[in-house]
Amino acid sequence: MKRVGEVQSSNYLLAKFENLVDWAVNSSRANSLWPMPFGTACCAIEFMATAASRFDFARFGMERQAFSPRQADVLICAGRLPFKLAPVIRRIYDQMPQPKWVISMGACASTGGVFDNYAMVQGIDTIVPVDVYVPGCPPRPEGLLYGILLLHKKIKGESLFDAVKRRDEQPLDDKGLRLPPETIDEISEPFGNSVHQFRSS
Amino acid sequence: MIPGALREAVARDGEHIVYVARERLLEAMQWLKETPGQEFDYLVDVTAVEFRDRERPIEVVYFLRSLQRRADIRIKVELQPSEELSVDSVWSLWHGADWLEREVFDMFGISFKGHPDLRRILMWETYAEGYPLRKSFPLRGRFSRAEQVRQALNANPEAHYSLEELSIAEAGGDLPDDMRDRLRRGERGVVPEPPNR
Repeated sequence: MKRVGEVQSSNYLLAKFENLVDWAVNSSRANSLWPMPFGTACCAIEFMATAASRFDFARFGMERQAFSPRQADVLICAGRLPFKLAPVIRRIYDQMPQPKWVISMGACASTGGVFDNYAMVQGIDTIVPVDVYVPGCPPRPEGLLYGILLLHKKIKGESLFDAVKRRDEQPLDDKGLRLPPETIDEISEPFGNSVHQFRSS
Repeated sequence: MIPGALREAVARDGEHIVYVARERLLEAMQWLKETPGQEFDYLVDVTAVEFRDRERPIEVVYFLRSLQRRADIRIKVELQPSEELSVDSVWSLWHGADWLEREVFDMFGISFKGHPDLRRILMWETYAEGYPLRKSFPLRGRFSRAEQVRQALNANPEAHYSLEELSIAEAGGDLPDDMRDRLRRGERGVVPEPPNR
């Protein structure tokens, strides 16, 4: 955690007001993240294991899973995302109130994984902005917990007063895309099992 | 059996495969369903096969089972790729064929004549890239990834789950009067006519 101020004596505390506010806001945000589970595949099983008693992400302030996007802080996309679900996750993300974060759990959500085909979104970051990517197929609960702790760290580094570190809504372009088309084509570059096939074929 | 319907019959490894002429499919299926001693009352699956050899016809495959006799049979219809890819729907015999034939239509582009509601079922209705399981279809689709994302995001996720689709209209006769009235006045407009049988 960021050091708030210098203790000069036992009677008073010297700190920048901005840092104090940021510390209070960020701590309360980070320590009470309500997840919105978006489980589409086997990653959701590991997600459930993470939520259950053995790993128990309630220890990190996530005891209330919000199955309504309007009461959620962090969207956890656990599993592959077909194009047919793309408008759904986009709408869920749009319905979440600010500030909001997204964890992309597993290889398929992050990159499309082995599903490099006509039906699958090649990384949900082409649909919604992602804060933490958790690799794995599926990631173990420890992996997801590590991702959650990384997200805590990221939240605690934000600032209401610093435009660079502040979270603002990212507007969409006129085509409804979050990234420019070239970037989407570039990050979903061919790899893996089907490099011999061309789009024009 | 129906004269002229049978093309070829194969029995191998205890499985029976019967090739049926496209024009006589419905008659043959009806015969298989209704004739005593056949009684294939359960349509397990409808699917299609396209072979790597482009000269070979596309096959539409029907898996039938007789629950009474505990017997299975596989019916195949061959469609020449050069001709129109269409075959009679067996929906009138087995209503379970509804979604199965929609899936074959969605994936192979084979149209089923007489199907009450032949639309895409797995891909969204405005999907414009073609039929994914055809050999001529590239694995990643025909459009660029950016275009695919754009089209997917422009789809309306609620368009597919209307009251009409849940075919409340068809169950209308069994609903209580007040519910029927409410549905008729509903925000989506008129309740459509049930499909003609």
